[in-house]
Amino acid sequence: MADKEIPQGGGFLLGPTDPAAAFVPEEFSDEHKMILTTTADFVAGDIVPMDEQIEAKDHAVVKKLMASAGELGLLGSDVPEEFGGLGLDKISTACITEEIGKSGSFAVAQGAHTGIGTLPIVYYGNKEQKEKYLPDLAAGTKIAAYGLTEAGAGSDAVGGCRTKAVLSEDGKHYILNGEKMFITNGGWAETFIVFAKIDNAEFSAFIVERDFPGVSTGAEEHKMGINGSSTTTVILEDAQVPVENLLYEKGKGATIAMNVLNIGRYKLGCAAIGGAKGALTQSAKFAKDRSQFGMPIAEFGAIQEKLAKMAAKIYAAESSIFRSVGLIDAGLEGISHDDPEYGAKASAAIREYAVECSIDKVLGSEVLDYVVDECVQIHGGYGYVSEYPAERAYRDARINRIFEGTNEINRMTIPGELLKRAMKGKLPLMAAGQKLLGEIMEYSPLMVELPDEPLAYEAHMAEMAKKAVIFVAGLAAQTYMQKLIHQQEILMRVADMVIESFAMESCVLRAKKAIDALGEEKAQVYMDMTKAYMDEVLPQMLIWANESLAAMSEGDDLRTMMIGARKLLKYQPANGVALRRAVAARVLDKNGYPLSY
Amino acid sequence: MNIVVCIKQVPDTESVIKIAGDGKSIDTGDIKWVMNPYDEFGVEEALRIVKDQGGEVTVVGAGPARVVEALRTALAMGADKAVHIQDDDLYGADPIAVAKMLAKAIEPLSPDVVFFGQRAVDDDSGVVSSAVAEYLGMPQLSVITKLEIADGKVKGTRPIEGQTVVLEASLPAVISAQKGLNEPRYASLPGIMKAKKKPLETKTPADLGAERSDFIEIATLNPPPDRAPGKTVEGETAQELAANLAKLLKEEAKVI
Repeated sequence: MADKEIPQGGGFLLGPTDPAAAFVPEEFSDEHKMILTTTADFVAGDIVPMDEQIEAKDHAVVKKLMASAGELGLLGSDVPEEFGGLGLDKISTACITEEIGKSGSFAVAQGAHTGIGTLPIVYYGNKEQKEKYLPDLAAGTKIAAYGLTEAGAGSDAVGGCRTKAVLSEDGKHYILNGEKMFITNGGWAETFIVFAKIDNAEFSAFIVERDFPGVSTGAEEHKMGINGSSTTTVILEDAQVPVENLLYEKGKGATIAMNVLNIGRYKLGCAAIGGAKGALTQSAKFAKDRSQFGMPIAEFGAIQEKLAKMAAKIYAAESSIFRSVGLIDAGLEGISHDDPEYGAKASAAIREYAVECSIDKVLGSEVLDYVVDECVQIHGGYGYVSEYPAERAYRDARINRIFEGTNEINRMTIPGELLKRAMKGKLPLMAAGQKLLGEIMEYSPLMVELPDEPLAYEAHMAEMAKKAVIFVAGLAAQTYMQKLIHQQEILMRVADMVIESFAMESCVLRAKKAIDALGEEKAQVYMDMTKAYMDEVLPQMLIWANESLAAMSEGDDLRTMMIGARKLLKYQPANGVALRRAVAARVLDKNGYPLSY
Repeated sequence: MNIVVCIKQVPDTESVIKIAGDGKSIDTGDIKWVMNPYDEFGVEEALRIVKDQGGEVTVVGAGPARVVEALRTALAMGADKAVHIQDDDLYGADPIAVAKMLAKAIEPLSPDVVFFGQRAVDDDSGVVSSAVAEYLGMPQLSVITKLEIADGKVKGTRPIEGQTVVLEASLPAVISAQKGLNEPRYASLPGIMKAKKKPLETKTPADLGAERSDFIEIATLNPPPDRAPGKTVEGETAQELAANLAKLLKEEAKVI
């Protein structure tokens, strides 16, 4: 991708994307594939057999498994080599995360450790801090946690923060007081990234060790799912944190928190697709084994349609997420770990794709929830009892829509970031909106001439979907101006339109690449999943557009706007039933997700 | 200690196997290829011996370009170098023909020990290791679950019905590994990254002076028979049901 121009974050909305700039899993290197295999073997060979002990929160077992994961290199992909890690690309980390995502609770422990627990030091630690902490974290001999949330500080983590830090009289320590809540790995972590306000003002991050005087953790929470992960409070009572453990700079806590969350978001998407593929496999196998009315339920159209929708949604999420990770890798290219400004430069490069990161988080977690829900349904009564894995997968999945920024916060981030960039003139969305308003009167969906090639219609509709986003978001910005932020219902719908535009285009780009690489016949399942996905989403796009327009206008103005939206999103439905039957046949044939690498 | 491990690339045991149109080969379109699981025991044992006694591990594999993936996996596990005998038409060939090629490639490496898996999980022939031993003029210890190497001698244990037999030979020797010999390691991520830089030599059969001669060929491949549908025993009362079941077991299933 080095010789290509790297697309801007959110820039996909402005027009067609060069397929060469969209990474697809089919482009995994041999090393990526081996990393996938090693991680999958580790999950199947070491994690799954210890499932009962993990679910019972057996600390010793989890610690031993973390150390084994560290020995294999599964904790150090983002840690530079000089500090005991491997310093690999983000696609490698995504591969690890996806496969670990099939391990249920352990995935949460591993994810919190390698992500929010370790990355603040990777990106914002000074040399001494990196030397002191990173080798143990990469090796898994010590476990990390992240303490941002408090009882009154959830989505408003900065504003709600009550934890205080005061410099000791001798100037050697910060004295921390407060209580952090819902801290993943709380029960067994040795290091915590803790956020506190210095002198009640400067929101800052500290590296806090469990053994520091005044640090303790509370009892385990009783959770709906992921019961094998540890979730406790972290209590700071005159906790003595050496001044050299201030991370980055005074008052820069929000920068750390937000940038690390961007990474956490796409990684959560990766883990979610891993989990969703696992649930699809369970569903396909059960549907083939379970007979009713004299035949396997897999032969019924109602069940096949479920399996096909699950597969198509996973395909859309996977295509979107790996495309995003590819963008981030391209953005990080050339930034050396040795650069003293590495942390700032790398997090700026990742921040460029904040919109994509939020898309990945929402899409991944909601596809996972859809898939585990249908997995329970396909299992019928057996899906509701704990003897089968469907029940636990259903409970375990639910947290993903809540942590790493709720899906509502992430949805708000999407139009928020786009509009911010538009205002700054970084992303010419306003100009695109003006141009569109000029064109729309002349535009007729009947006059569109498409090239005679596979997926031409889908590629066209993906572009029209983006125009619809610009149309609705532009009108909303014009209508509400600075007060748009208070129209959360409209912003949520705009976010959904952005998410699905990115997802549809990602599906099309990947399928086109598959056609180029494999020929139409072998790429059939890519085309079928793309069409099946778009067939579900496109009608929904028009509903979101109309609901938004109806909220912001009325009378003739509204009618004119709705005509515009209808023209842009005029869609000739595909034979969705036939498409989904074809996809289901592949799912059943492969005992799960139909693509492998 | 100079050790060679021969590895075969086989379909992953999770793969759904379909017979190709010719009726004598498998449809390779959708298959995920992996190192033969029995060969992993060989790689692991070789790595342990070299760790204790020093030396070098060379992995050798024959077949089309994709076989390089299996060789890379062995390198990622820790083997030092690899030799790939590239022959696009070797999959499904006469094991004796494959053995001849392998022997040609192994000979110049002058190994002290040559490891094989006791059989490959795809064709189950289990012939190649013995044929290579014969071509190289080495003794073979087959189906081994425990191994000791010292003072130029090798001692191997083979489980036999309820007992074990211990075999001894002088080096160089061919060992075929059975499940239980060890617990193969995973290819670690540092290992995977290092494997990229390890030497992997590609040779054609012509380079080795090996002429392909198949004495046998696969006549047909047959899929397992479809499972017959189940039968519901009819009857109103328990006695009736039991009587009908007994009748079915006696007359149709012929098990009582």
